[in-house]
Amino acid sequence: MATEANCDGCAFNNAANLKKLGVNVSNVNFVVALAGNPNTGKSTVFNALTGLKQHTGNWPGKTIARMEGGFSYNDKRYKLVDLPGTYSLLSTSEDEEIARNFILFGNPDVTVVVVDATRLERNLNLVLQILEITKRVVVCLNLLDEAKRHHIKVDERVLARELGVPVVGTSARFNKGIDALIKVVHDVATGEIICKPHVLKSISGNIRHAVNRLTSEIEKHFEGITNSRWLAIRLLEGDQSLIEALGDNRIADMVDNQNRVMEKIAV
Amino acid sequence: MEKSNEIMSLVSELQWEVGEDFHDKLVEGIYSDASRIAQKAVLKEDGKKHFNIDAAIDKVVTSRVFGFPIMLLLLATVLWVTITGANYPSAMLNNLLIGMGYPFLKEMAVTISLPWWLTGFLVDGIYLAMAWVIAVMLPPMAIFFPLFTLLEDFGYLPRVAFNLDRIFSKAGAHGKQALTMTMGFGCNAAGVVATRIIDSPRERLIAIITNNFALCNGRWPTQILIGTIFIGALVPPYLSGLVSAASVVGIALLGILFTFIISWMLSNTVLKGAVSTFTLELPPYRPPRFWKTVYTSLIDRTFIVLWRAIIFAAPAGAVIWLVSNIYIGDNSIAANLIQFFDGFGFLIGLNGVILLAYILAIPANEIVIPTILMLTAMVYGGTGVGAGEGVMFEFDSQMATADLLHAGGWTLLTGLNLMIFSLLHNPCSTTIYTIYKETKSAKWTTVASLLPLVVGIMVTFIIAQVWRIFMG
Repeated sequence: MATEANCDGCAFNNAANLKKLGVNVSNVNFVVALAGNPNTGKSTVFNALTGLKQHTGNWPGKTIARMEGGFSYNDKRYKLVDLPGTYSLLSTSEDEEIARNFILFGNPDVTVVVVDATRLERNLNLVLQILEITKRVVVCLNLLDEAKRHHIKVDERVLARELGVPVVGTSARFNKGIDALIKVVHDVATGEIICKPHVLKSISGNIRHAVNRLTSEIEKHFEGITNSRWLAIRLLEGDQSLIEALGDNRIADMVDNQNRVMEKIAV
Repeated sequence: MEKSNEIMSLVSELQWEVGEDFHDKLVEGIYSDASRIAQKAVLKEDGKKHFNIDAAIDKVVTSRVFGFPIMLLLLATVLWVTITGANYPSAMLNNLLIGMGYPFLKEMAVTISLPWWLTGFLVDGIYLAMAWVIAVMLPPMAIFFPLFTLLEDFGYLPRVAFNLDRIFSKAGAHGKQALTMTMGFGCNAAGVVATRIIDSPRERLIAIITNNFALCNGRWPTQILIGTIFIGALVPPYLSGLVSAASVVGIALLGILFTFIISWMLSNTVLKGAVSTFTLELPPYRPPRFWKTVYTSLIDRTFIVLWRAIIFAAPAGAVIWLVSNIYIGDNSIAANLIQFFDGFGFLIGLNGVILLAYILAIPANEIVIPTILMLTAMVYGGTGVGAGEGVMFEFDSQMATADLLHAGGWTLLTGLNLMIFSLLHNPCSTTIYTIYKETKSAKWTTVASLLPLVVGIMVTFIIAQVWRIFMG
């Protein structure tokens, strides 16, 4: 523990390059979304990164609307969006929709999924769903202090290998691991780390085949679409709103929007 | 168009291929992958069965026997600490802002020879109202809010919700209403926003309409002050702290009782429907980071509420000074208004001053007490009264306040009914606006605003009549 404490104070430490920008989110280079199950400490991570003092409460459902803040690291400016906590993205409640729509259409450069280390299995359900939407994911394995109290240990390397995305252990309440998290978010945003996300294994061959075929069909028609796989899944589920959107060409608009956002960032 | 047709035909073809239970299979796939990965990544525990402190605590605080007594005990303790702890700093602030600051400003005004009306407007009106708000409200808030936040951060609020859930579902309301109600104990506007966690529109409306029955920030100080002066004074000094706290707990409980009654009435009349079930997750207990919590709750709650009170108090002070110094005929405007309201005030065991104060204080409940005191001082004069121009200041905190109110003809009934009326009246303008934003309905906003007021007038009326029959 002693070495950790020394590193935290060192000028060469990652955190030394961190500037907390509070609510100032103008001219950002990257947009980072914070997702996760309820009460895993998303708002605490948010505060640790932005320097904002958004009140955190120990009860599920505290964050109802999304909250934005900024930080800058290594000359890059980031906008951080704190999303309401959700157990899944597959049902239809209002708070889930805010989270899902932002990850899908807000086009975040990196999605940080805050995960409760003491309830890994349940939290992984959401991680796997998010991996179906976007590749650029960082898993923030939070509440390690609590896990330790409950004699639970999680092998971060095994988890990272299985999920195919970086995993960073943190105790956000005590500001531990935040510097490493920033570094990894930066690396994923800038493309220094390329994620190779987990592909669902426990589904039957014909489902995988159907999803793949529809995904490539969508990609063929809508060039530059980033969440084709998710669209394919929702279409196969018979998502009425999506089918209507497809009918009156709103999907095409969405793709256009996405491309425009991409261009803006490139500029 | 062509694109979407091609995709749609492929979708129908593939849908047939994957079968109808595609969604279930997919979810199953995700769950079993999650389980497999978790098994690999979570290192086997050492096999010993560890004592689970969270479960042990939950067994006690959510038990049928101890659940409610512990809730009451915690609330009473928090209030008792607030009441006894606020006494000394309150007197000190009074001394500083009103005992010393007020005469100093008056002298300054004379030195730079300001006209009397400008001095009156600025010092007797605006300054005094702000000084009052700070002296009366800051100490109890600075103790109450951090204590409440510590309980919240520890994870106690969801247990309260758990305990109350059964009663709420009996009242035909959503169990999560217990959570939004506890948020209402901080601020009703926040409580109304928090009802977004309730999915069913019917149950959400019930939660919004009844949120005002949860005693808010702006009203706790009123309760604490009046409880101390009128109820605490009934018993010997060594008991007065406890009895005052108990009276405030009583009012808070009355609010919860009305929440249930009104929810039940709504869900059996205009807002009929089925009760939805939900799972309430009891979060782990997390020992709060003491100083951090105290700091953020001071910044987040105490100072925000205080600032709001000051902002509303300044113009209110100016208005109070103006209405008490502009004369129509022989009397000032304020005196005329108070006379006008006195008749109705008497009917419900209050008086014209209190009703006028509640009208002036619609923007913020926080300034009710300062307004009442300034108006009383102006109309009835009496001890501790300042320059006699519609202003007052006190030398010794609660004693002088009590003397002044007694001089204004207040009795135990006035105090009791003020506490009840403070619980049961229209929400502040911020909350009303929030209700409108959340419901987008003028009708339900009106209902939510007027219903508590009607209930309050009814209850205080009944108490006043019964009181006068038996005690008068």
